Amino acid sequence: MSPKARLIQGNRACAEGAIAAGVRFFAGYPITPSTEIAEIMSEELPKLSGKFIQMEDEIASMSCIIGASLTGKKVLTASSGPGISLKQEAIGYACMTETPCVIVNVQRLGPSTGGPTSSAQGDIMQARWGTHGDHPIIALCPSSVYECFTLTITAVNFAEKYRTPVYVMLDEIVGHMREKVVLPDADEIEVIDRKRPTCPPEEYKPYQIGESLIPAMADYGTGYKWHVTGLFHDETGFPSGNPQVIDAQFKRLMAKFKKYEDEILLWEETETKDAEILLVAYGSTARSALEAVNILRTEGIKAGLFRPITIWPFPEKVLKTLAGKVKKIIVPEMNYGQLFLEVERVCKDKTQVSGLFKVDSLPIAPDEITAKVREVL
Amino acid sequence: MKRWEFRLSGSGGQGLITAGIILGEAAVIEGKEVVQSQSYGPEARGGASKAEVIIDDKTINYPKVVIPDLLLAMSLEAADKYGSEIKENGIIILDSSMVSGFKNEKAQIIEIPITKLAKKEIGKTFVANIIAVSALVGLTEVVSFVSLKKAILSRIPKGTEDINLKALEIGWALIK
Repeated sequence: MSPKARLIQGNRACAEGAIAAGVRFFAGYPITPSTEIAEIMSEELPKLSGKFIQMEDEIASMSCIIGASLTGKKVLTASSGPGISLKQEAIGYACMTETPCVIVNVQRLGPSTGGPTSSAQGDIMQARWGTHGDHPIIALCPSSVYECFTLTITAVNFAEKYRTPVYVMLDEIVGHMREKVVLPDADEIEVIDRKRPTCPPEEYKPYQIGESLIPAMADYGTGYKWHVTGLFHDETGFPSGNPQVIDAQFKRLMAKFKKYEDEILLWEETETKDAEILLVAYGSTARSALEAVNILRTEGIKAGLFRPITIWPFPEKVLKTLAGKVKKIIVPEMNYGQLFLEVERVCKDKTQVSGLFKVDSLPIAPDEITAKVREVL
Repeated sequence: MKRWEFRLSGSGGQGLITAGIILGEAAVIEGKEVVQSQSYGPEARGGASKAEVIIDDKTINYPKVVIPDLLLAMSLEAADKYGSEIKENGIIILDSSMVSGFKNEKAQIIEIPITKLAKKEIGKTFVANIIAVSALVGLTEVVSFVSLKKAILSRIPKGTEDINLKALEIGWALIK
């Protein structure tokens, strides 16, 4: 056996990934099925001179990590449905102020308190549009314990590099299950730090835009004085009601994500080269879909799997190309059809898209997917 | 080796998830692929609880048990709820101190008074899960006794080694 092989939970892999990426500040409020992440951070961060704070609620937790991020820390919070709903206002503030932060959502069945220990994928659209107003956002979706580790690192790197909130969207199955993993060593992990100003403090303009479209971010308490506001603001950081300033800020925020889209969009294809039936699935459901592909292939049915790893922004160009080559697309999801809407929007001119939706607290089993494939064939 | 799917069921607080983790860790020690998952209600104690473990040489895609090769049932509710889902010629281990009058023609049924033995021989019912996982490994030989012992010792709280190893021996002796 490999000396490094361990049987660990997805939630633990997520916490360890955050630490490996340099997260040294966690604020949160415990909620099933995400609680283990807070527990592990509370044990591990003090050993690394980091800080763990259990706040009075989720709103405060989200605000707290934004504050810590402004001082230069890499930050994380973790929650589930009801808690993520509460965080939304502050997430919008992080979008507007371009504050790097990572929010882990271990999805449970909703709405409301719903099913605390039941798996679901019902927060996909909330991740995209949970906070009000137009805003770009990044959401990553792991399918395995190993990927909980690697994608949390990616999420922290994206947050730092692009100055944005990033969601890591686990589901209860991926968060709670244990799998054998051999995690990479620290020297095999790429860690990205945010760009900081190189000018003297008196010359610093916090939202001065260079070619990168990503303004340099000064740590509070280092002599750089700047104003942070959820109002539209100009390059000094102070509020502005000037339509040209507002328009420019909006356009730049959108252009920033477009500029780095090639780096942000992650996906995986399995058996898609000659596929006639394409499954589009993510999170734990992608594992059922992969098993379904294996079963269908042994029966001579040419099935393949497209697994978006970055679900927001949605990797639509590559999927559109694939859609032009297949006869049918099926989207299995543990919700009433959320990413399905996106797949349908992208692919409906190219091929027929059907959904397989399940919201009874149970996972979608491979034979349910194979049955659906045989039905549409 | 063949793929093994185990379902360990009972009520919350009986240590079934811990038993599942120990079984999984024993398989990791032997270099096998493992996925362990669970389902339980919002209650901390009581309520139906199950832990599932899949052990294979190959990559495991779907992480949940479809139909188990072996079912452990440590409560009447669990036996009623899960007792009909078992592979043809599969194994059902019943804690006969909790379950009586159970029948399933498809499976080989092994009745062991697991909780009573834990109480009588060790004086602590909380080691019943170790007796159960020991009997399970003895029956299936899915991992070796040595790997199981190693996994138990690395998982249990310090100071409980003696009683847990005694539980391991009791479970093993029942089968072998």
